[in-house]
Amino acid sequence: MENTDDGAAGHLLEAEEIVKRFGDFTANDRVSLRLRPGEIHALLGENGAGKSTLVKIIYGSLQPTAGRLRWHGEAVTVPSPAAARALGIGMVFQHFSLFDALTVVENIALAVPGRFDREALAGRVARVSEEYGLPLDPTALVADLPVGVRQRIEVVRCLLQEPCLLIMDEPTAVLTPQEARQLFVTLRRLADEGCAVLYISHRLEEVRELCHRATILRHGRVVAQVDPGAETAGSLARLMVGADVQSVCVAAREPSGVAALTVTRLSLPAAGAFGVPLRNLSLEVRGGEVTAVAGVAGNGQSELFEVLSGERPAPTPESVTIAGEPCGSRDITERRRLGAAFVPEERLGHSAVPGFGLGENVLLTRHASGDGLVRTGFINGGRTRALAARVTKRFDVRFSRQDQEANALSGGNLQKFVVGRELDRKPRILVINQPTWGVDAGAAALIRQALVDRAREGAAVLVISQDLDEIFEIADRIAVISRGVLSDTFAADGIDRERIGMLMAGAHEASPGPARDPRT
Amino acid sequence: MNGLEAVLLTIITASTPLLLAAVGELVTERSGVLNLGVEGMMIMGAVTGFAAAHTTGSAAVGVAAAIATGVAMALLFAFLTQTLAANQMATGLALTLFGIGLSGLIGQSFTGLPGVKLGAVYLPWLSDLPLVGPVLFAQDVLVYASVAITAAVAWMFKRTRSGLVIRAVGSNHHSAHALGYDVAGVRYRCIAFGGACAGLAGAYLSLVYTPQWIENMAAGRGWIALALVVFATWSPNRVAVGAYLFGTVWIMGLYAQAIGVAIAPQFLASLPYLVTIAALLAISGNRTLTKVNTPACIGQTFVPDR
Repeated sequence: MENTDDGAAGHLLEAEEIVKRFGDFTANDRVSLRLRPGEIHALLGENGAGKSTLVKIIYGSLQPTAGRLRWHGEAVTVPSPAAARALGIGMVFQHFSLFDALTVVENIALAVPGRFDREALAGRVARVSEEYGLPLDPTALVADLPVGVRQRIEVVRCLLQEPCLLIMDEPTAVLTPQEARQLFVTLRRLADEGCAVLYISHRLEEVRELCHRATILRHGRVVAQVDPGAETAGSLARLMVGADVQSVCVAAREPSGVAALTVTRLSLPAAGAFGVPLRNLSLEVRGGEVTAVAGVAGNGQSELFEVLSGERPAPTPESVTIAGEPCGSRDITERRRLGAAFVPEERLGHSAVPGFGLGENVLLTRHASGDGLVRTGFINGGRTRALAARVTKRFDVRFSRQDQEANALSGGNLQKFVVGRELDRKPRILVINQPTWGVDAGAAALIRQALVDRAREGAAVLVISQDLDEIFEIADRIAVISRGVLSDTFAADGIDRERIGMLMAGAHEASPGPARDPRT
Repeated sequence: MNGLEAVLLTIITASTPLLLAAVGELVTERSGVLNLGVEGMMIMGAVTGFAAAHTTGSAAVGVAAAIATGVAMALLFAFLTQTLAANQMATGLALTLFGIGLSGLIGQSFTGLPGVKLGAVYLPWLSDLPLVGPVLFAQDVLVYASVAITAAVAWMFKRTRSGLVIRAVGSNHHSAHALGYDVAGVRYRCIAFGGACAGLAGAYLSLVYTPQWIENMAAGRGWIALALVVFATWSPNRVAVGAYLFGTVWIMGLYAQAIGVAIAPQFLASLPYLVTIAALLAISGNRTLTKVNTPACIGQTFVPDR
């Protein structure tokens, strides 16, 4: 990171020796980064490597502990996002910074300074969205829009300010492959017009395809700056993780077992104003296989999980069966007694109680699964702790002291713990929602391997995931959910990403259930 | 004719303090803050308004004192919940208990003293019209203020950037913060506005409704105002409808008792609640509108990561 080549004049943004500490944790340790106009620059790193902290500093949401920023060669401080926008820095957030209860144009108005004139702004939105091929209805309510369109709002909101630098934080995590490709077209066009793009992603293939340069962060430090086109996905992953990432080993498949979990013509009204109704869902999960439900987040995955686990009752007992028993109106404990186990999406607060120790958290899902943890209402502390120790040992959960609280564990370790807690029972049926969401590569590989192994031991494993790479890595059969409608189930080797992308965008919605306005 | 006029006048008198307090709380809640201290701010406004008016002999000074007290109470709440990130429910309840207690203490020496009544505004020609004259055009300034504030709040949410920012902060404080809005600052101002309105409602009680100090004279009106905001699904116009509906049914019940209608008085006393809830539920049936108006972040503490 020496001062080399063409001097400061050619650079749009220079971050020099940025340090950011939160308490005694150093999120950024003397990080330097340079961007030229027209460059698409990838920022790579695992979760917790410090990518988000760095871009928040550039965008003015955080102030650096030390170091400085130069903009067009001039030293600047960016005290607030509004100041960043005034400089010409736009940002599209990973978890969108949109307001569900407001319309598209109101959302955009919040980021555009000047007089508040809805009509004039709607006109400008229409012009920009047409120019860049990003269709938007300015009067639509954000809550009613699919995720891909929501991201379009964020992009258009940035474009309206004619940015010189556009920061994109994991933009494709929520997009179908087709939507991602459309986004790349827009980004390339912006770069050709001289706009720099700082692109955060952990999808290495797309970084290789799109980006001109890549800066790789590990534990808050810059470990390399490379030309991603000249690297392989494997070599980039090595740089990110600092070691080889084990790929999942999938054993040959046994002949399919019987259907251990079935859903039959299940319809469920939306819970709450922002929920998704399930429409005429049918699904069969067989023993010995991993079945995956793909789909962009927020298309009914949580609702499906809730009705499978018993958090919400199904309309008829027969619409959900577990091990042949009609279970639609049974509660989660009864379903667990039938050999089923469930791992919800949200680790902290749903899978585990943040302030409880690991032993107490083990008890929460295992109290009635025949391990003798509870006798006539009294908790057997010794057994509970022993079980927690067994899970942490077998699934390599790292913690600093015995019976640590769940919220003191890192995301990856906690996820290994909550998955391990269920797998330790050797469940005959396992339903897991977003098994590796926001988990580092090492933990993700371990979890995926454990899921595949459990399936090969004869269990029926249902994985609900929005990560297509993960699905293709472990699934034997794939179905796609879109706006509460589930597609047919396909053999994983008989379907490609293109087709899945079309299904994610709702290609199958017309046939079952009452169709709503089709998406473009 | 005279009877109708009297009924209409009492309905307006009964509804105005509810409307004032509710519209203030509505703004607070739209910014994502639930302040359960309305009752406490109102009663404190009533006692300080009365005390100031009695001491100076000027109702206007009383009104100003009531507003100032309401704002001061609200800022205390804001400091605890926004700056110190205390739990909003607990803080709001404490504010109400504190207000009721402290107002009793302050009011001790004022009990039974003659009050100063805020005079009606006389509008030439308009006030002389039959029926509508005395009912609509010979009211005191606070009645006009309640209507004007409600209209202004409705207009603000619909048409202005400030209204949009308040809705944004109440809808998603994380996003608002990411975009660079000062979430706590916006909320401070909305809470203070709610306090001012509650103080004003209190002033109305002790300077117009019954121009004297009676201990605990707010008598649960703050709680009714809180309920009105929710049942009106955070719409200013519907809050106005609700406040007047409540006032109407309440007064009708009193008249019914006075003329000896054979209905149990307990039932008549509960009727305003039932009718208002039923009516507001019926007009809030539109799910999209409810979705747009409900502040999703209500009651949640927000601490930005700095």
